[in-house]
Amino acid sequence: MTDFSGTTGLIFNEPLLWEKGRKGRTGMSLPRRDVGTYALDESLCGDGPDFPDLSEPEVARHYVRLSQWNFGVDSGLYPLGSCTMKYNPKLNEKMASLQGFTGAHPLLPAELSQGALRLMFELERLLAEITGMDAVSLQPAAGAHGELAGMLIIHAYHKSNGAARSKIIVPDTAHGTNPASAALCGYKPVAVKSNEQGVLSPEAVAEIMDSETAGIMITNPNTLGLFERSIREIAEIVHKKGGLVYGDGANMNAVMGIVRMGDIGVDVQHLNLHKTFSTPHGGGGPGAGPVCVKKNLEKFLPVPRIIENHGAYSLSYDSAESIGKIHAFYGNFGVMIKAYGYILSMGAESLKKASQLAVLNANYIKAKLKDVFHLAYDQPCMHECVFSDKLQKQNGVTTLDIAKRLIDYGFHPPTVYFPLVVSGSIMIEPTETESKEDIDQFVEACKAVVAEAKENPELLHAAPTRTKVRRLDETNATRHPCLTG
Amino acid sequence: MRFLPHTDEDIASMLQTIGLAGLDDLFAVIPGPCRFQGKLNLPEPMTEWELREHMTRLSDSMAASRGYKVFMGAGSYEHHIPETVTYLTGRSEFSTAYTPYQPELSQGTLQAIYEYQTLVARLLGMEVANASLYDGASALAEALLMAIRITRRKKVAISRLINPLYRQVVRTYLEPTGYEIIEFGYDTHGLTDLSTLDAHNDLAAIAVQSPNFLGVVEPLESIARKTHEKKALAVVAFTEPLAYGILKSPGKLGADIACGEGQSLGIPQWFGGPGLGMFATRMSHVRNMPGRLVGQAVDAGGKRGFVLTLATREQHIRREKATSNICTNHSLCALASAVYMASLGGSGIRSLARLNYDKCEYLKAELKKIGCKIPFAAPTFNEFVVEYPAGAKTLYADLLKKNIVAGLPLAAHFPELEGHYLLCVTETKTKDDMDALVKGVRQ
Repeated sequence: MTDFSGTTGLIFNEPLLWEKGRKGRTGMSLPRRDVGTYALDESLCGDGPDFPDLSEPEVARHYVRLSQWNFGVDSGLYPLGSCTMKYNPKLNEKMASLQGFTGAHPLLPAELSQGALRLMFELERLLAEITGMDAVSLQPAAGAHGELAGMLIIHAYHKSNGAARSKIIVPDTAHGTNPASAALCGYKPVAVKSNEQGVLSPEAVAEIMDSETAGIMITNPNTLGLFERSIREIAEIVHKKGGLVYGDGANMNAVMGIVRMGDIGVDVQHLNLHKTFSTPHGGGGPGAGPVCVKKNLEKFLPVPRIIENHGAYSLSYDSAESIGKIHAFYGNFGVMIKAYGYILSMGAESLKKASQLAVLNANYIKAKLKDVFHLAYDQPCMHECVFSDKLQKQNGVTTLDIAKRLIDYGFHPPTVYFPLVVSGSIMIEPTETESKEDIDQFVEACKAVVAEAKENPELLHAAPTRTKVRRLDETNATRHPCLTG
Repeated sequence: MRFLPHTDEDIASMLQTIGLAGLDDLFAVIPGPCRFQGKLNLPEPMTEWELREHMTRLSDSMAASRGYKVFMGAGSYEHHIPETVTYLTGRSEFSTAYTPYQPELSQGTLQAIYEYQTLVARLLGMEVANASLYDGASALAEALLMAIRITRRKKVAISRLINPLYRQVVRTYLEPTGYEIIEFGYDTHGLTDLSTLDAHNDLAAIAVQSPNFLGVVEPLESIARKTHEKKALAVVAFTEPLAYGILKSPGKLGADIACGEGQSLGIPQWFGGPGLGMFATRMSHVRNMPGRLVGQAVDAGGKRGFVLTLATREQHIRREKATSNICTNHSLCALASAVYMASLGGSGIRSLARLNYDKCEYLKAELKKIGCKIPFAAPTFNEFVVEYPAGAKTLYADLLKKNIVAGLPLAAHFPELEGHYLLCVTETKTKDDMDALVKGVRQ
C-alpha cells in the first residue's frame, strides 16, 4: 500500500487583517526624524487610510498561517498542464536579492548600471541562441504581454509595408490568451480547427489564409501537448500570402536544444521565463515574457534596446519604427536575474536533458494512465498529455471531482477543462524536475481515485476533505460579489 | 545536474514502460527538417559557487553597491523595506504556487489578495481594486481602454504631467487601434492646464497624475468635476502611493478610476521591475474592469473562504471580447505591498508619509537658501523641480563624482525645462545626506 503524502495536520484559523490588531501598534521601524515639521496645506490632507495597526509578530504569524493554506511546487507535485511548474532553484532567489540589483534605480546614467545592462544583454543573446531568433526584447512583463508585443510587431510590419491587415488565424489548440492579445491590436481572430490527430493540417490553413490576414498564432507544441509537425509547410503558406508566423513559446520546455522555432519558419516568438526558465510563479506572477524576432523584424522591437560597445553597455532609443514602450522601464529585471542564473547553471547539455526528461515524464505518465483515463489523442506527446473524464462519467464522476480528490492524496490537480477541444480535459504536465518515484506515486493516486469513482463516487463528490476549506460556492460568489472587506 | 533527479536506471526503466529504446526516440514525431542538429552555443555551466561569484561581481558594479546617494524618483522610489516583507513573501508556499485556480489549495494566496484588494481600496478611497496588473504604465493604458469601453468614445485626454514613460506606453497600447490621444499642457504652478478643455466634447476620459511627474499635488476635485461635466471618466494615475497616507485620496475627490505604480509599498526598485500595477474603480464599473478579482465565498461546510471571481470578464472565458488579455499578473508583488501596508498600519503610514513630506521640504528650503530656484510653488510630495545656478550640467557631473545623483535632468522629456532637475527625497535620506547635496551645489 502506497503511503501518499496527503494527510491531515493542525490547520490554524486566521482572521482577516482588520479583524486583528489594536490602534497604536506598529510593525515598522520608522526612521529617525532628523528634520523639523514644515507647513502643509491642510485642505489637501485627508484622514489617511483605514488600515489596521499590527505589531511585527502579529504580521509574521498572520502570513505564516496563510502560507500554510497554500500549495507550491516546494510542497509537492504540481502537474498543471501548460504551466510548467518546475522546481525553482533557491540560489536564484538569493542572487535576485543582491543589493546592487534590488537598489538599482532604472534611470541612472548607464555607467552606474553596467551589471544590470550586461546581464540583460547577455540574457537576450542566450535566449536568441536557444530559440534560433536574431533579436530579443526583455520588456514584456508576462506571457500575454509578450503576445501583445508580438502582435504589435506584426501590426507594425504590415503598416510599414503600407497594407494594414484585419484578421489573424488562431487554432483551437492555441493558448487561451491568444485571441484577446490579437484583439488588442484590432485583429479579428479567425479560428482554425486541428485535425483528427490533434494538429494543424496545412490544407486547413491554406483555405483561410488570404491577403487580409496578418498571420497565424501557433502554440508549438500545442495545448494538446502535440508537436505541430507541419509547421514548416504552414509557415510557407502564410509567408507566401505576405503573413507572419507568431509562435507562442509557453510550451518551449519540451524542445530546448531539440527544435529552434527561428529555424523552422516562425518570425516572432515569446517565451515565459516563469515556465521554461524556472523563475517562480509567485501565486500568479510576476513572470516575464521576452519577445524574440527574426532580423527583418528587429527594427520594430520595443525601445530601449541594449547596446554593447567594446564591453560598455548602454540603452538606445534610436529606432524610428519601434512599436514604442510597453513597460514603464525595461521589464521585470528581478525575474530576468533568475532566468539568467538558471541558464548559466544548466548550460546547453542540461537544458536539452531537461526537455528530454520533461517529455519522458509526460510520456511515462501517458503510458501508465492510458488504461485508467480516456486518452483524447493517442499520439506520442511532448511535455504534457491530455486525458478526459469520458470513462468516469458513467459513474457520475467528472473531471472536477477527480481533480478535487487528488488534492486529498497530496497532489495539486492537473489543469482541468482546458484545452477546450477535449471535453472534460485533464491536462498533465509533470516537468523534468519530478523523480520517477514521485510520478509513480501520482500514478498510484490517480488509479486509487479511479477505483473510488467506481466503488464510492461519493468520496469524490465530497472531496477535498483534508484542506482548510472544502469546495466553495463560486456561483454565489459571482452573483453577489464581495470583493473588499 | 542537481535539478534533474533521473538516474540512468530510472530513464531506462521509464523508456521500457513507454516502449522506446532511447531518449531521442521520444522526439521521433518531429520531422527531421524541424530538428536542431548540433549543440546550442551556450557558456559552460557554472557551479553554484561560480554563479554566486559571477552575480556578485555584476551586482557590485551597480550604483547601489557603490555607496551612491540617489536623489532620483520619477517613478521608482527608494524606501526602507521591513525584513518581514522579504521574509514572508519569500515563503515558498506563496512564491512557488501558480495562479490560484484550485481555491482549496490556495486559500493563503486568495485571502492575502482579498486583503490586498481591501487595503488598496481603502488607500485610494475607491470601492473595488483588482488583484494587480504589471506596472503603473500598463495600468494607466488599461484604465483608458476601460474608459473607452464604458463611454463608447474613441478619444482620451492625458496630462503632460503624467510620467512621460507612462505616456509612451499609453501610445503603444492605444494607437494601433486608432484611438486618439490629446494632451493637456501645464501652467506656471506646475499643474495641469485644462483651459482648452472646452474645445473637446467627445472624450472618454481625462487622465492626470497626482502627485504629478513634477511632484506637484493636482487639484483633483476640480479636475474630476470638469471631467464629469464632459461626461468623461476621471482617471487618476500615481507613481507614489505613499502620498495618500497623508493626502486626500483620489476616490474621495471624485476619481472614477485610480491606477498606478505600487513599487513604493515594500517592493525593491530592481532596475524598474517587477513593480505593481494598482487598479481601483467604482463597483458600478466592476464588470468592465481588467485583471483578476478575488471574492469572498462560502464552502460546503459553511466556512468562509475565497475564490477567483467574475471571471467572465477574462481572456480564458471571454476570448477576444475580454476586458484585457492579462493572465499572469504581479501577485507576489501585491502580497509584498499588503505585508508592507499591514506592517505600517494606519498610524504608521501617516507618520511615514509626513516624514517624507518634511524631509523633502527641508531640502527644498535649504536649496532655496543658497539661491536655487524652485520654479513651481504649488505643494509637492517627495519630489520637486529645482533650477540649479548656471553651469548645471557641470555641477551635476561634479556631484556624480562625489557619489551624489542630484536628481533627474528634465530636458530630455521637457525641452523647455533645460537646466531643471527633478529631485526626490524619501525617508531613506538623512539630514546629513541632504546637507552634503546642498554643500555640493553651493560649491
